[in-house]
Amino acid sequence: MNIPGELRYTKDHEWLRVEGDIGEVGITDFAQDSLGDVVFVELPAVGARLTRGATFGVVESNKSVSDLFAPVSGEVVAVNDRLAEQPELVNQSPYQDGWMIRVRIGKAGELGELLDAAAYEAHVASEHHG
Amino acid sequence: MSAYLPHTSDDVAAMLAAIGAPSIEALFAQVPAGLRERARLDLPTGLAEPELRRRFEALAARNGDAVVFAGGGMYPHDVPAVVDHVLQRSEFATAYTPYQPEVSQGTLQAIFEFQTFVALLTGMDVANASMYDGASATAEAVLMARRVLPGRRTVWLSRALHPHYREVVATYVQALDDIVVRELPWNAEGRTDAAAVAAKAADDTLCVVAGYPNVFGVFDDLSALAGAVHRVGGLVISVTTEPLALAVVRPPGACDVDIAVGEGQSFGLPVSYGGPGLGLFATRDRLVRSMPGRIVGETVDARGRRGYVLTLATREQHIRRERATSNICTNQGLCSLAVTVYLSMLGRRGLQALAARNHAAAHDTAARLARAGLAGVFAGPFFNEFVVRVPDAPAVWERLARNDGLVAGVPLGRWYPELSDALLLCVTETHTESQIARLVDVLAAAAPPARARA
Amino acid sequence: MHDEPLIFERGSRGRTGWDVPASTETVALPAELRRDDDLAGFPEVGELEVLRHFLRLSQWNYSAATGMYPLGSCTMKYNPIVNEAIARLPGFARLHPLVPDHLAQGALAVVAELEDWLKAVSGLDAVCLQPAAGAQGELLGMLLVRAYHRDRGAKRTRVLIPASAHGTNPASSALCGYTVTELPISERGTLEPERVAEAMDDSVAALMVTNPNTLGLFETEIERVAALVHERGGLVYMDGANMNALMGVARPGDMGVDVMQFNLHKTFSTPHGGGGPGAGPVAVRGMLADYLPVPRLVRGPDGLRWDEQPGKSVGRVRSFYGNFGILVRALAYMLRLGGPGLRDVTRYAVLNAAYVRAQLVGDFHLPYDAPSMHECVFSDRLQQSSGVQTMDIAKRLLDYGFYAPTIYFPLVVKGAMMIEPTETESRETLDEFVAAMRAIAREAREDPARVRAAPHTTRVGRLDETRAARRPVLRWRPPAQAPGRTKEN
Repeated sequence: MNIPGELRYTKDHEWLRVEGDIGEVGITDFAQDSLGDVVFVELPAVGARLTRGATFGVVESNKSVSDLFAPVSGEVVAVNDRLAEQPELVNQSPYQDGWMIRVRIGKAGELGELLDAAAYEAHVASEHHG
Repeated sequence: MSAYLPHTSDDVAAMLAAIGAPSIEALFAQVPAGLRERARLDLPTGLAEPELRRRFEALAARNGDAVVFAGGGMYPHDVPAVVDHVLQRSEFATAYTPYQPEVSQGTLQAIFEFQTFVALLTGMDVANASMYDGASATAEAVLMARRVLPGRRTVWLSRALHPHYREVVATYVQALDDIVVRELPWNAEGRTDAAAVAAKAADDTLCVVAGYPNVFGVFDDLSALAGAVHRVGGLVISVTTEPLALAVVRPPGACDVDIAVGEGQSFGLPVSYGGPGLGLFATRDRLVRSMPGRIVGETVDARGRRGYVLTLATREQHIRRERATSNICTNQGLCSLAVTVYLSMLGRRGLQALAARNHAAAHDTAARLARAGLAGVFAGPFFNEFVVRVPDAPAVWERLARNDGLVAGVPLGRWYPELSDALLLCVTETHTESQIARLVDVLAAAAPPARARA
Repeated sequence: MHDEPLIFERGSRGRTGWDVPASTETVALPAELRRDDDLAGFPEVGELEVLRHFLRLSQWNYSAATGMYPLGSCTMKYNPIVNEAIARLPGFARLHPLVPDHLAQGALAVVAELEDWLKAVSGLDAVCLQPAAGAQGELLGMLLVRAYHRDRGAKRTRVLIPASAHGTNPASSALCGYTVTELPISERGTLEPERVAEAMDDSVAALMVTNPNTLGLFETEIERVAALVHERGGLVYMDGANMNALMGVARPGDMGVDVMQFNLHKTFSTPHGGGGPGAGPVAVRGMLADYLPVPRLVRGPDGLRWDEQPGKSVGRVRSFYGNFGILVRALAYMLRLGGPGLRDVTRYAVLNAAYVRAQLVGDFHLPYDAPSMHECVFSDRLQQSSGVQTMDIAKRLLDYGFYAPTIYFPLVVKGAMMIEPTETESRETLDEFVAAMRAIAREAREDPARVRAAPHTTRVGRLDETRAARRPVLRWRPPAQAPGRTKEN
């Protein structure tokens, strides 16, 4: 299971890559593997305002539907349009081509509440065996 | 031993031995004894098959065999024998929802063909595998609009939409606090008043729902309605109770409609005292993931052979549960097969010719009635159904049904108090010239002498 | 096996299967209303071509008439052929729904008699035949619940639903504006009065319960559970999908159920039709009768008639009076069997399920081992070590000439296989089914790859569902319209 060290994570299996005041969001390798073949990703429009912990979209695999939860509050500044035609990018490249949205981070303080790679790995392990 | 049960006493003994139970009754020990004691069925014993047939033949004979000129949501049409032959194939009739596509390709391909027929006929991009009937399809279309445009409040129903359809919409949304249903008037043509829509549509307009043809048999001006509604960002839903009309009239898809629904009974199904028919449901590609109901899609197997599967299932109740697009599960599968076989049989030329014949027969009848002094109520363009003013219409209708074995359409007063002197007449290819002549004669006789032959 | 193209890929310009006499008049519609695409894409095929097309398709279907169809919760019993003939009697099939009631007395008698039989089976007071299917019956039932509480000025917002429930239950509740509280089930697999008591308060409108539940278990505490719900002013809704296990054995009305729906296409043998048409009549206790949809059938001095007065009705759920043709078939089935016959249906349905279950225990894992009724739920746990899953077992059953059980449902059982043989299968057929299941269990140990690659004998192999969902192709398009897509095949 791939858990890049430079990213931050939520317990709901989203990741956040911070560059300046912009955060890039996707779902983790563990999440895409658990979901199976992703067939559709529903994302907000550019300009939408997100609240940390609230749903911002939906990811569908063949047999399940899962909500996507915002890791931080802020405004959506970009959406990965390629996922509309190629949802499989979420499976093939969850941390790169499979990114979902970019957010202008509204409350930098919230970053501290996210997990680092080691804490996320422990969280996955405990969920998996618990 | 009872009908349809193959068990002999030897079978039962051997099966109980394998189970390790002393009796069949013992298998019900988990059901509280008090419930079992009270559950005795006080019902008669069964009938042998010949008795059963006679019993129902007698019941069927108690329904009068009047000549009926009524449409009003269910339309009598001739059905090619091939249609019912295919419906009676047990391979189609006794399968269920195609959960195992490898052994359900017959049902799945037929549904894919049905979806294609509905999309072609309505001029829309995609269609689902059917809904219960036209009325519930209309209600589902309103609920779909609510998913597409959350936060918008007002549903505008044309008052010229079939009253059952309006009632079903009201039933389906009664528990939803965020929705208000309001009605739009019709104009002198019997069409939904597009000017009223333009005046009333506002930012909170969710959708406008109009008939095509509407309950008076008149085609609403969908393009005008769409123009007015789209200006404020709402959706237009067209409702077609007589889909044969779409063979000759500009389809909803070419009128900028967002969701086209209707009743499919006309295509190969008997009127059967109101059901089963089926709901038709079509929309635009961009809205497909908000569409309710089952959908079949094309794919391939591991060896690259073309095949069909149920798809986009994550919209549905078995996965999304309380957040599903609809609670629908079973739909009207076999009825959609009837439509598919019927439209295949008629094909392009047959359907066009049949629609032209219906149109001509109804217009000819209307003209003859007008010459006899019974004028049409509405000036708008109609297909095979129209409204005539007949003095004392309910009494005339009742008398003709009782004394002449003739059902002269639908007395509109039962649905519209202001049209208590009007009859809604429907003429199709099933009506013979002599039947039509009789209809004209008896209605003309009912008209006041001063106006007859006016 | 023959391949069979789409009907749109057949035919030839100018051909038709139905010669309509040409109309002498042209269609006099205003130009802006005229269809101008000449029905592009519609096929032009002959009668024999159409017949062959659909008969070939029919041969690619597995059906309850051609073999055992153990699809749990769907009651795929024999659908008597005579009922097809009866429903097609011209007096029924050609009866227009808007004729005056005096010309429809035979049809109204069918409605009245079916209502009476369903009242007898349910032990409830009033029946509405309008709903077109079980899920529409559920929606109606929950609207009745809502209307009942509203009339009493009660603000109730929640519905309790056990974790084992069918997905239509929460979906129907949501349509009625209710939020769903999921109830855990006991280790035994049934509802516990303690859990219901904990969840129950004045905000609960109803408990929705399936009995027997989706594990095939009778809810042994149903009377206590219903009393708990009633004490706090709630109502009990029963999903009647599994009535095949209860006829003459237990009446919902006696259990404390206030409202329920039947599935005539399950219990009362009307053909499933590849997914409908069904019928989902609703039965209620007297205090809910005033809220039932219009029109209501009433008996007057001149015979039966429809009463359209809305009163307190929640309104219509569909046009006209229901799927009448289906109602005729269901009544024919009931009259053929009679009261004693219906009771036998339930007795043998439960016997058949118990027989299959007894013989598969050991080969397959039984996660809930309390005595079950008309169906039983196994899982793939014993096959897991060989990498064989429920999906593989289901597909392999197709090779053995059987339809698959309901799989991956109920959700409370991982890898569930829900088997409902129904009463119309003979002992020999059940033995063949058991032998096939056992053979698959053996294969899973000895040759798991063969099971995982199943089916091997069907017209198509496993289909790529991911591809279908990622790039939806939901219709055929005329060649000129196809947006740059090359046709497979």
